[in-house]
Amino acid sequence: MARVEIRNVSLNYHTLAGEVRAVEDISLTIEDQEFVAIVGQSGCGKSTLLSLISGLLRPARGSVFIDQEEVQGPCRRVGYMLQNDYLFEWRTILDNALLGLEIRREKTPEAVAEVKAMLKAYGLGGFEQYYPAQLSGGMRQRVALTRTLATGPDVLLLDEPFSALDYQNRLAVGEEVVKILRERRKTVIMVTHDIPEAVSMANRVVVMTPRPGRIRSIHRIKMCDEGLTPLQTRERPQFREYFTTIWKELNRDD
Amino acid sequence: MTEETMSPEHLAYLRGLRVKAALVRGTQFLLLVGLFVLWEVAASRGWINAFIFSQPTRIWAALVRLYREGSLWRHLGWTVWETVLGFTLGTAAGIVIAVMLWWSEFFSQVMDPYIVVLNSIPKVALGPIFVVWLGTTITAVVAMAIAVSIIVAIMMMHTGFKEVDPNKVMLVRTFGASKGQILWKVIIPASIPTMIAALKVNVGLSLVGTIVGEFLASKAGLGYLIVYGGQVFNMSLVMASVLLLLAVSVVLYYGVTFLEERVTKGRQ
Repeated sequence: MARVEIRNVSLNYHTLAGEVRAVEDISLTIEDQEFVAIVGQSGCGKSTLLSLISGLLRPARGSVFIDQEEVQGPCRRVGYMLQNDYLFEWRTILDNALLGLEIRREKTPEAVAEVKAMLKAYGLGGFEQYYPAQLSGGMRQRVALTRTLATGPDVLLLDEPFSALDYQNRLAVGEEVVKILRERRKTVIMVTHDIPEAVSMANRVVVMTPRPGRIRSIHRIKMCDEGLTPLQTRERPQFREYFTTIWKELNRDD
Repeated sequence: MTEETMSPEHLAYLRGLRVKAALVRGTQFLLLVGLFVLWEVAASRGWINAFIFSQPTRIWAALVRLYREGSLWRHLGWTVWETVLGFTLGTAAGIVIAVMLWWSEFFSQVMDPYIVVLNSIPKVALGPIFVVWLGTTITAVVAMAIAVSIIVAIMMMHTGFKEVDPNKVMLVRTFGASKGQILWKVIIPASIPTMIAALKVNVGLSLVGTIVGEFLASKAGLGYLIVYGGQVFNMSLVMASVLLLLAVSVVLYYGVTFLEERVTKGRQ
């Protein structure tokens, strides 16, 4: 069943200097529990596409549907993880994780208990009353994930979620996050410029053209379908083949 | 690490730091004492005219007289009260107006030239206007203190609001936050350090406003004492009031610093 449907979506940015065509005529259907990675060069409109799916931006033409319902604005079915954890330094870890529930006015005692359980499950038990500055980058990223999952979204949008971490941490946190998202049966759309990251995590990798962003090609990754974790996928011989194909696609001039 | 586990070099290094710090403090203290002793000697030997320049012992006598008369605390109290009212009201009003500017881009653009002009005129020039409008009352003095501090508060807070990381705003917007929620959950808490900084600046500015206000329109307070002392040519009273003023400004400044440490505890 299609979770997310993007139908002929286009968006232009208007500035005094003129008009910038950010994304043009994008159509993509994402199945329930699928992990789709979108790769493209900087400024190709990848993040714009996520903003369109989340309802933060409205398309100039075309529409986005989630569960057959047109997206009109930020909705509870979609969770968004940004490039950085953006934890609020004045809030404790627990209060940071509860931010989304607080804004949605759903901070019930049951919801708080559930968030506490989630923090514990992600190795953050006992850190609830700490402040973000006292935590490592990987731990902060897990708090950010908890904050996103706390509101119970079915679809997760990840915008280069690991780019702020160093390489070592990026692999470890990526492994954990993918495990958590699979366990919770989430549908994921991740934007990245890191091809190995995309290939190691996704069922399908979508390659976008430089501005204006269009879909150039879509690649199905077999390893993820088989249920391998990102680190296991990286060890497979096919990993290199996928990498080379997608790298060539990205650098091709039309 | 405890004293026993430290290497001798490290202990020597730490001792060196302590000695340096003590030297700076000691020299600062000696400089102050030296200046006062020089002043005292110069006045009693007749190198300077004690009637015009006063001298430390006379200043002390003036302070003791004020205290005996019971007016010391009254004058101090008025000045402190007017200043505290001035900078809290000035900062609070500044924050409210800055919120309005943040809320409406249109309002902000309309107000921009007015704020620039109001910022550039010397607010003490408005003193006589306040006296005519509000009379020679505490209200005129506090109005003066607010006038001096409010524009700076508005500008500092508005800049602070605009400098809040847009990604933090974006984050709460992904949860469907309203404009009011963005204000209360992100902008205001993220700007607490800016508010304290504004408060710190405004303590000094409000004190200027209060003293000028008291010069013009008051029967009590350190500003009144200074003007009165000048008029009756009692330089010891003037100097004593200036020293008291110094003490007031130091106490207020450290009060705000203390508040700052309390509020920013836990943050980075």
